[in-house]
Amino acid sequence: MITKRIIPCLDVKDGRVVKGVRFQGLGDVASPVDLAKYYSDAGADELVFYDITASAEGRKLFSDILTETARRVFIPLTVGGGINTVEDFDRVLKCGADKVSVNSGAIRNPDLVREAARLYGDQCVVLSADVKRVNGEFRVFAKGGREDTGMEAVGWIRRCVEMGAGEVVLNSMDTDGVKEGFDLEMLDAVCEAVSVPVIASGGAGGIGDFITLFKTLPKVDAGLAASIFHFGEVRIADLKRAMADAGIPARIV
Amino acid sequence: MIGLIDYGVGNLFSLTSSFAAVGAEAEIVSTAEGLKRADRLVLPGVGAFRDAADKLRAAGLVSPLLEEVGNGKPLRGICLGMQMLFEKSYEYGCHEGLGLLSGSVMPIRDVVPEDYKIPHIGWNALKLTRPDCPLFRDLKDGDHVYFVHSYHATGCADSLAAVTEYGGELTAAVWKGNVFGCQFHPEKSGTVGLSILKAFCGRLS
Repeated sequence: MITKRIIPCLDVKDGRVVKGVRFQGLGDVASPVDLAKYYSDAGADELVFYDITASAEGRKLFSDILTETARRVFIPLTVGGGINTVEDFDRVLKCGADKVSVNSGAIRNPDLVREAARLYGDQCVVLSADVKRVNGEFRVFAKGGREDTGMEAVGWIRRCVEMGAGEVVLNSMDTDGVKEGFDLEMLDAVCEAVSVPVIASGGAGGIGDFITLFKTLPKVDAGLAASIFHFGEVRIADLKRAMADAGIPARIV
Repeated sequence: MIGLIDYGVGNLFSLTSSFAAVGAEAEIVSTAEGLKRADRLVLPGVGAFRDAADKLRAAGLVSPLLEEVGNGKPLRGICLGMQMLFEKSYEYGCHEGLGLLSGSVMPIRDVVPEDYKIPHIGWNALKLTRPDCPLFRDLKDGDHVYFVHSYHATGCADSLAAVTEYGGELTAAVWKGNVFGCQFHPEKSGTVGLSILKAFCGRLS
């Protein structure tokens, strides 16, 4: 039986891992390469690297880190942040990424999803959406959650999947950083709308939140989190064991 | 030397890195001479069957590859590279493969129920139907490997070596003589995957 995936997410800035709580306040954690290796050994099923660098030097540093990680870590690697063109896809794929996640770049130019899927295959294109409730509807935000696009989220996500996005990372800005559980209502709405894998992001505070996620919404394929893993609040091995004990298919290393 | 066949389909960064991680000497080969020089060959591949088969033909590598394998050189197909070992594929039409193994490549939807998502993406457990396969030396039933695919080989008969369960049974690995194939990505399957790559570098009979 296919297992539910557990995915640590590493935000990388100037060569270091950072984590924004509600997208603000950055604290230094560790070297991305070491952390990636540590997670892979502990049983992470996949890793996401977000490049939150703005400068050219930062971008070069990110490429070097990515290459070094891909040399040492042998689980799927998704890369996002600053992906605006197919050239950006090409750049990170050449450094060893397996999938590329698009967010603001797709909002600016939705054809990017179509073009990238045609060139690299649907399985390579991950749509990442930052979503927040505004006036009773799910709204897509751009630029790391700073800009309300005015677009309704479920329709936007469905459109991207039709254009070729092979997976969806749904990050609820309403639950992100709060640590009181994933946004089940929002996830359910998206799972009902698309037939590709959906990865839940935002809100995990402990092992119980992952159990609730997979038990309540069997259609969700994976759970993503950052700080609870980085700060050792949840150990991946413990999480996997608890999932298996709860009857959720999990890969135990 | 392990020859990783480069015919312009997908990139070989991860495969090169994972062979390096198990201490093997792997080199990217893209010519008939390269294929001849290698002791063992790996045929990778991602994307669409027809496009990949066309590119392998256009690179002039089909005859040299068949010749090397005919002479007993071990060949290992990975993902789409495994599907190309078969006689034909029914992915968007009907296309000819290398014909090294009998069987054909069909949509997994034929055996996967409607409420299962396609592609089959993620970590799934192996059921070894041929535990004696030399590549499975360090494997056990139930070990997880990483899959990404919408098609799989069918009618493999005696070459079927491992299957995986996804609402129905999918072909995960095949083996016949010096020809090996796996539908999953060993280079993305953690220590289990590395052990399979390492086994391909060791004794194969």
